[in-house]
Amino acid sequence: MNVFARAAPKKGENFELRADLNSEYRDKRKDAIKRVIANMTVGKDVSGLFPDVLKNMQTEDIEQKKLVYLYLINYAKTQPELVILAVNTFVKDSDDPNPLIRALAIRTMGCIRVEKIIDYLCDPLQKCLRDESPYVRKTAALCVAKLYDLKPELVLENGFLEQLHEMIGDSNPMVVANTITALSDIHATATALPSTSSSDPAVFHVTSSILSKLLIALNECSEWGRVALLSALARYEAQDEKESEHICERVVPQFQHVNGSVVLGAVRVVMIHMRNVRREELTKQLVRKMAPPLVTLLSSPPEVQWVALRNINLLLQKRPDILQNDIRVFFCKYNDPLYVKVEKLDIMIRLASENNVDALLSELKEYASEVDVDFVRRSIKAIGQTAVKIEAGAERCVNVLLDLISTRVSYVVQEAVVVMKDIFRKYPQTYEGVIPTLCANLEELDEPEAKASLIWIIGEYANKIDNADELLGIFVDTFTDEAYPVQLQTLTAVVKLFLYKPDTSQGIVQRILNTATKDCDSPDVRDRAYIYWRLLSTDPGAAKSVVLAHRPPIELPLTTVSPGLLNELLSEISSLASVYHKPAETFIGQGRAGAELIKKGDDLSDSRAATQKALQTVAAGQHTENLLDFDDEPGSDSQPTGLAATQILQQASPAANNLLMGTSTNPLDDLVSIFGSASMSAPADAPVASNSFGSGFGASPTLVASPPLPAQNGLVISPSTASAIQSPQEDLLGLF
Amino acid sequence: MASLIAILDLKGKPLIQRSYRDDVPSSYIERFLPLMLEIEEEGQQVTPCFTNEGINYMHIRHSNLYLLALSCRNSNAAEIILILHRLSQVLVEYFKELEEESIRDNFVIIYELLDEMVDFGYPQTTESKILQEYITQESHKLEVQVRPPMAATNAVSWRSEGIFYRKNEVFLDVIESVNLLVNSNGNVVRSEILGAVKMKCYLSGMPELRLGLNDKVMLETAGRTSRGKSIELEDVKFHQCVRLSRFENDRTISFIPPDGEFELMSYRLSQSVKPLVWVEAAIENYKGSRVEYMVKVRAQFKRRSTANNVEIYVPVPDDADSPKFRAATGTVHYAPDKSAFVWKIKQLAGGRDFLMRAHFGLPSVKSESDSMERRPPITVKFEIPYFTVSGIQVRYLKIVDKSGYQALPWVRYITQNGDDYSLRTALDKGAAPIVPM
Repeated sequence: MNVFARAAPKKGENFELRADLNSEYRDKRKDAIKRVIANMTVGKDVSGLFPDVLKNMQTEDIEQKKLVYLYLINYAKTQPELVILAVNTFVKDSDDPNPLIRALAIRTMGCIRVEKIIDYLCDPLQKCLRDESPYVRKTAALCVAKLYDLKPELVLENGFLEQLHEMIGDSNPMVVANTITALSDIHATATALPSTSSSDPAVFHVTSSILSKLLIALNECSEWGRVALLSALARYEAQDEKESEHICERVVPQFQHVNGSVVLGAVRVVMIHMRNVRREELTKQLVRKMAPPLVTLLSSPPEVQWVALRNINLLLQKRPDILQNDIRVFFCKYNDPLYVKVEKLDIMIRLASENNVDALLSELKEYASEVDVDFVRRSIKAIGQTAVKIEAGAERCVNVLLDLISTRVSYVVQEAVVVMKDIFRKYPQTYEGVIPTLCANLEELDEPEAKASLIWIIGEYANKIDNADELLGIFVDTFTDEAYPVQLQTLTAVVKLFLYKPDTSQGIVQRILNTATKDCDSPDVRDRAYIYWRLLSTDPGAAKSVVLAHRPPIELPLTTVSPGLLNELLSEISSLASVYHKPAETFIGQGRAGAELIKKGDDLSDSRAATQKALQTVAAGQHTENLLDFDDEPGSDSQPTGLAATQILQQASPAANNLLMGTSTNPLDDLVSIFGSASMSAPADAPVASNSFGSGFGASPTLVASPPLPAQNGLVISPSTASAIQSPQEDLLGLF
Repeated sequence: MASLIAILDLKGKPLIQRSYRDDVPSSYIERFLPLMLEIEEEGQQVTPCFTNEGINYMHIRHSNLYLLALSCRNSNAAEIILILHRLSQVLVEYFKELEEESIRDNFVIIYELLDEMVDFGYPQTTESKILQEYITQESHKLEVQVRPPMAATNAVSWRSEGIFYRKNEVFLDVIESVNLLVNSNGNVVRSEILGAVKMKCYLSGMPELRLGLNDKVMLETAGRTSRGKSIELEDVKFHQCVRLSRFENDRTISFIPPDGEFELMSYRLSQSVKPLVWVEAAIENYKGSRVEYMVKVRAQFKRRSTANNVEIYVPVPDDADSPKFRAATGTVHYAPDKSAFVWKIKQLAGGRDFLMRAHFGLPSVKSESDSMERRPPITVKFEIPYFTVSGIQVRYLKIVDKSGYQALPWVRYITQNGDDYSLRTALDKGAAPIVPM
């Protein structure tokens, strides 16, 4: 006692509490314990009262006992030496005639993560695992997992694992469920360590004899027990097709469970075992039965809805037919939280088809007039995606966009312009009649993306817009004040204009090339200007084939993750991985060391993700040439949403090749002859320009690839962004 | 699997917490709100689950509280979000209201519940009725020590043995909620019926119950055609007492009910529903001076039914003032807190229709910032007794107990609005003209 008296002050709250804890009256003591717990709850340090609280552990009052136990769980670590004093009571309690107390003691002992206690845990645990009360048995089963988490060797030495395996056959379904939970937890802990081999006793193999027990218990145990059993079933590897069918048939009734996590757990098991089912008819039937319960999940609280929606999104990527007739249930409610609405929008686009495009568009138009700016923008994006996805509906989409532009609400107009650009990419030469309307809103645009989009459109149709030079002139005038994406687009658009109408636009192209090479501080803009300049001066024909190259059409990707990852995520339905749409390695640390090793773990998983990503890309066999396609990164932080998901197919590689060919095969004299003919550049400007030309190249690495536009832009507009130029510097020097 | 569960106030301060596994330090709780703000600042959505530095934050909102679970594994997100919801439900059933004060006043019992409901991060017993049997607010008054109820681990985990009633009765309420969305041009965009069969069970012993509905699939499998129509239930959810495999086999709904009140089953039909209570509004907005509404309500159901307690919420601009109303029936009042006026009609007989007019003043100066006007839909509340939209019927409820007593089942039907019965208003004045009947 003296030891502690030293630390304790003679007055203050803790002093009073101590006096009360040692009071001779029961009520007073209990009241004091409550106050201690209250202080603990608000974060005051009451660890100094440890021995005094401990004295009150032996009591008939369950509530008081629970409070003392709770105190122990919280402060045992601070006083590891003293915890030993509690052992006696624990062991005694684990022998109490009341099962509630026995379970409480064993549960609490498992939560006190102090080695001294753990050593005393084994004997009572041994007894409790064979207790006559199922309530105690189910608590003891979980306690084995707790013990394994702390000291695995004790579990192995005492044969607790074997005992757990025996308990899978327990007569009580709740005990079975907790046993499975414990075994799965131990499995997860063991496999998180890299050294674990598959022959480790802790690794939990679900065998076919276990399978039958699971299927029986599944129908009888509580909702949470079902969740545990279903995740064990998901890990089972079926021997043959017949067994897979059997599992599916036995699990399907769980679709009717009121608990959403049971439903998702059942969906997961069915999705996994359905892979082995080759009977077309059965597959169809299973998919058909899956749809209504998924839809019903949308009547749950918003957070549950969101989890369901994220999973539905994945399911639709694998089986677009699941909910094909149910698009209306995904229409947003006015009061849905934004995160639900966003997810619903995404799913609506997935379900869009020629049959429902009208209903969808009228909904999207409605959303576009709501208050939340972010949601409005996403809705407009969705209209664009619909247009790109469904050719038959494109015209209606354009009309809706025109309606929206006529509202003249700034952000609506800007977003609509961005979206129109995509429609022009997908359906070139189709909606030119819209251009005047777009141009009429030129002054209202203040966001770089919108400006860049409009400039791209003007450049693309420069031959059809009479006053294109005037319009572009506006941007050339303010060139140095604009954001880089806008500068890049202006540059390209002006060059396009020049190639279409060389007679009238020589001045403007000269002006912009000058400004871009001299006054611009972005290397990308400068480099691009040099390339154009050089191209134009070398061979206008080549310039034409580069700048006005035919662009491959854009398409909506069917999946946002690679096929391999999709299958992996579908095996994890209802888990965090399936909610984030990322593999687990990318967001969790290693095992229980997680919290401390997070930093390291992150790096590790990052590099892992990167390798995986690379492998997947190669495996997919497509996009390999595509330097700019950042959209199919499984682990990328910026998830491709909205138009970001629009892919570019084989972006501009011919153009780049062309350029390479052009420069490498063009010998010096070619250049000279071009400069000699002075088809475009004023002689006075030439030396200045080419001086900086040379220094420009000197400063930049030989391989110049402009960084891709951020993923949000989705579409990389100019073909020449991918240009890789290898320029022998001497060529230029030799020139002068 | 949750490593830690905490209840936080709106400022992100933990009111109470319980750590189940030692793998996530409780200091991470305090990072939750700053992280949310950070995500918001980056212009992204705060979603119910997010991850940061290897810790996964899963949360739900309950009035002015956050219920938060942390985990560092790839946990079952659906399970955790649901257990948080269940926790809030249980706490509500214990304390009537779940708010900061009730948590501070009852921390002892909340600790007990947290201890009992989740073990090592895995949900255990979450049935509030069962919990109340052994975790009570007045435990010190009990002379006898409580024991774990059989039900906590029984195959029948929802009913205790030895229940006795002198008069054995069962009350069945069939409640259908209609969710519906009508577009501004008057088309029904989406409609669904959410049905629920609620029971109040006052039965002795361990009775076996069997419920028969005019379920089309069941009648067809049984090879019978009943008189009257049968209905096709699209998705049925059952209370855990119903034997799911049996339902899957022959569509029999058989169960041992919990004692007292519970929801036996719920179902959903997405068949198109004609709006039972139709409302349309013509809005004339003279910006800067006044706005006028003409609202018409029509009861589109059979004459022998009546809708009770009809409430029609018509949204008005936030800055509307000096309301004037004239209604053909019922009462109207302005609810500035909801930015709407409410037209209440005690009883609306089938087939009838009524008109009302409203007039509001608008300030002449308009703030420039909100170029987009909020246009929430009109929402309607109502109840139609003795009537179901789907036509569902209880054909029989058989009650069998070992002791062989006779029990009386009582059945009631009611149709009401769902949580989303809304009719969008037209974009601009006069866009949806009221068509004379």
